[in-house]
Amino acid sequence: MSTAAAIAADALTKDYGTLKALDRVSLDIRPGECIALVGPNGAGKSTLFKLCLGLVPPSAGALSVLGCNPAQGDFTALKSRVGFLPEQAMFQDSLSGTETLRFYARLKGADIALNGEILARVHLSEAAGRRVGTYSKGMRQRLGLAQALIGAPDILLLDEPMSGLDPEARRNFFQILDEEKARGAAIVLSSHILTELEARTDRVAILSRGQLKAMGSIADLRAKLNLHTRIRLNAGSQQMQRLAGHFEGRFDKTCFMNGTAVLDCAPEDKLELLKELMSADLTFENIDILEPSLEQVFAVHTAGGNQS
Amino acid sequence: MNQVAIIAAKEVTDGLRNRWIIIVTLLMAGLALILALLGSAPTGATKISALAVTVVSLSSLSIFFVPLIALLLSYDSVVAESDRGTLMLLLAYPVARWQVIAGKFCGHFALLSLAIIVGYGAAGLTIVATGGGNWADQVWSSLAGLIGSSILLGAVFIALGLMISARARERGTAAGLAIGIWLFFALAYDLGLIGLLASDAGPMLSEQATTALLLANPADVYRLFNLTGSTETAVLSGMAGMVGGNAISPYVLLALLAGWAALPLTAACMLFKGRPL
Repeated sequence: MSTAAAIAADALTKDYGTLKALDRVSLDIRPGECIALVGPNGAGKSTLFKLCLGLVPPSAGALSVLGCNPAQGDFTALKSRVGFLPEQAMFQDSLSGTETLRFYARLKGADIALNGEILARVHLSEAAGRRVGTYSKGMRQRLGLAQALIGAPDILLLDEPMSGLDPEARRNFFQILDEEKARGAAIVLSSHILTELEARTDRVAILSRGQLKAMGSIADLRAKLNLHTRIRLNAGSQQMQRLAGHFEGRFDKTCFMNGTAVLDCAPEDKLELLKELMSADLTFENIDILEPSLEQVFAVHTAGGNQS
Repeated sequence: MNQVAIIAAKEVTDGLRNRWIIIVTLLMAGLALILALLGSAPTGATKISALAVTVVSLSSLSIFFVPLIALLLSYDSVVAESDRGTLMLLLAYPVARWQVIAGKFCGHFALLSLAIIVGYGAAGLTIVATGGGNWADQVWSSLAGLIGSSILLGAVFIALGLMISARARERGTAAGLAIGIWLFFALAYDLGLIGLLASDAGPMLSEQATTALLLANPADVYRLFNLTGSTETAVLSGMAGMVGGNAISPYVLLALLAGWAALPLTAACMLFKGRPL
């Protein structure tokens, strides 16, 4: 497997008139790596996909996909090594799932005999003979994923791939993601469903208003932001009063209300605080430890602020 | 398999699957049969073959009908894919933009050709079956010419429809432009030309200028080809006097129609190349 970046962007910029859809974005994605692009609507995620596919030329900066500039004509042939799932997975309603996949496989010059296997991977074998017009949104999305998998591409660009998928289909999607990663495909996916991405992606790129606000593993991003770990305790009112008294001067009284204590601390102080709580002669009904989620990391970056 | 052929094959499958082209074929065949069976009734004393009457009647009708069908086939082929969201996915595949246009053109061309051959061919066969003509008639070449030139006329308007579709941002705009183009070439142009010839400026127009103005409209090129193609059809259509001894070679007229198709097709490729996604 090559260790060269499958996608490398250097100060990549795309303007639409006065609108800066992407502003000096630099990133690289290696084979076998899965990267999540997160950001609010209009952050530039889809523009990045379009640039990677050579559908729009960059306004400035450099972009290399599979070692080639996608804005140049000779990239067209290389597109057979890229799988793309658009945000809205739509197909010709009059064709069946099998016919749709056959059409795209032919365009890619891929082996049509493997289409049945691909349809089975996305759990569409039974509906393959039906017209796409009769498919539900989730089924269309799965067909979209199936066409992206045609030809075992080196790069998978998946724009909101979990949109419309039920929990079982999501599990299947993540299984396919793992298989594709293991095969060596570089995967870039964008999603709003952040909670499910945490354990599934190697790195996260946070885009906001066209700018790359942060990129790294979720653990790195949490550490850099110095976000608080939250310890939440439930106890009776008497115990809660004692707890408030114990921490007087260190935590505000509002942290101990309605039988629930919410104590925020730096991640490195978490164990000390827990020890202190355990050694205090108090009885708790429940204790939760809440690490900063990707949602919090995302919120900090897209709000343009920093908690640290 | 070549990308153009793959896209063309999909267009044909889609056209057959949604039964649109089957309806059009039946309409054409129905129309042609009515003209063949009823329109040839007055030919007994004139010694003009029933087939010649049918060719003249059909070509007069085709000037309006074929462009309309061709435009309906193609006016939204790009803009609808853009609306539906399938265009971006198609272009994410190893397909050049010109191949998308060429593939759609070939697919629509095949569908329309099928409809015309089956529809108008049915008329010819019916005339033979009812004793209105025979295989040795010289006028058969007129029917073959009618079918061939109708296909070429269709190609012109498919290309014009694709040109509209490659440029328009919305389906409604494309529909409006398609109607405008049809009205202009099928109706307004000739009315304008007649008006010009009847006006004070009419006598100042040379014969060459009038011919050039006729050739500038693909519908008139088609009319000239079919209604002056043989002496019989020229006499019957009343065009014999107009072309007189200066009849333009039918090959030139066909080449002009082919050129008329190539021009908007090239424009469609260029417009689509610059179309933002």
